[in-house]
Amino acid sequence: MNDVTLTINGKPVSGVTEPRVTLLDFLRDVAGLKGTHAGCEHGVCGACTVLIDGTAVRSCLMLAVQAEGEDIITIEGIGGSGARAGELGVIQDAFCETHGLQCGYCTPGMILAAEALLSVNTDPTEHEVREAISGNICRCTGYVQIVDAILLAAKRLGQRNDAAPSDANLV
Amino acid sequence: MKPVRFDYKRPTTIEEACGLLASDDNARILAGGQSLIPMLSMRLSRPSLLIDIAHIPELTAFVETETHIEIGTMVRQAVAQKSKLVKTHIPLLAKALGHVGHPPTRARGTVGGSVAHADPSAEIALVAATLGAEITYRVDGADEIFDASNFFIGPMLTIAPPTGCLTQLSFAKAPAVCGTGFHEVAPRKSDYALASAAAQINFAAGSGVTSIHLGIGSVGDFPERLDVDQLCGTPLDDAAIADAIHAAMQVVETVEDLHATAAYRKRVATELAIRALRDARDEISKDLNQ
Repeated sequence: MNDVTLTINGKPVSGVTEPRVTLLDFLRDVAGLKGTHAGCEHGVCGACTVLIDGTAVRSCLMLAVQAEGEDIITIEGIGGSGARAGELGVIQDAFCETHGLQCGYCTPGMILAAEALLSVNTDPTEHEVREAISGNICRCTGYVQIVDAILLAAKRLGQRNDAAPSDANLV
Repeated sequence: MKPVRFDYKRPTTIEEACGLLASDDNARILAGGQSLIPMLSMRLSRPSLLIDIAHIPELTAFVETETHIEIGTMVRQAVAQKSKLVKTHIPLLAKALGHVGHPPTRARGTVGGSVAHADPSAEIALVAATLGAEITYRVDGADEIFDASNFFIGPMLTIAPPTGCLTQLSFAKAPAVCGTGFHEVAPRKSDYALASAAAQINFAAGSGVTSIHLGIGSVGDFPERLDVDQLCGTPLDDAAIADAIHAAMQVVETVEDLHATAAYRKRVATELAIRALRDARDEISKDLNQ
């Protein structure tokens, strides 16, 4: 058994785990954060996408012990914080508005992939959006409304002027 | 949790990693894990010890020498893709990296890990074999260098020493005027390719085309170079390119699986090789006309 200490959504989390436990299982079973979804569990579907230092990665393709000391954001860390705690983030809101989800299973991964894109590219083209979510499979929507949602979120993030500094990297 | 039980070690020097590797016959090196971890989850790989080399600082080095670019084995694919050194001096690798997996797998996957893993459809292995990159392994305290063009011998099989640790890949810098092309066909974007082709034409003012590198992947058990040297010194017209590639493909052995027949792979690889070489030629024409 190994000790693992990492930061999840800004809070330090420690746990004892076998080396064979993936980061996905650690997040769900040790940290109790069930928003990160287990899909194929071998790197094909993207449902388990999380952010490490702001970059989208697959949590099923990483062992929890490899994530020692890393700074991880899951879907639970994406909504509003501070005075806006409990509210949806801009990207989440956009998914609701454009009907960017149906069954919702792929949605956390899609939103984190979108977050990773919009944090480095504030005005992506449709092609860039499709490239960013190319590793995330959705079997309901046909992707059109997901792409619409991300483009709408990009537009809103570009126009708004109320971003509190603490929200800047979480929206 | 799906993998078998194993121990996990996180060395901080290459020597320590090699020592651990020698201490256990069933030890495996873990680099980015984007190929190994799925194999663990499916229990296709059942190691007793995983040696995580992500915390060995010298393995993430990116070094420019007068003639070569040396890429440490732990350099992430996403880092290499954004690198100016790669764009300027290894344009073929820069082109291929966009086809490697997806953004989230490129963020973790490494350049060296892909070569060591030796998947027949791996783009980085194809580029290394096509360009004859030098692959350095640390074995028993000494460096052993392999030529990538005859390094791969089967699916997930190389001539690498079992107790060695891949430390770096070294690519010769492309000349100031050169053209490249890369094409692949996959069932969906960034999935395992059913056929792929990489081409680079080196050019020197005064002497014209100095060398042509052409390789195909996903078609046989390993990435393979095609010999089209007879095209050097010719005008590289479409017909000559097609003839040379058809002739070179005669001797290529193709494999068949659930996803595509051998005949399909061969036909598609031939066409992709033609397109890649034409792209490379057209890039040079464009450069020279500017």
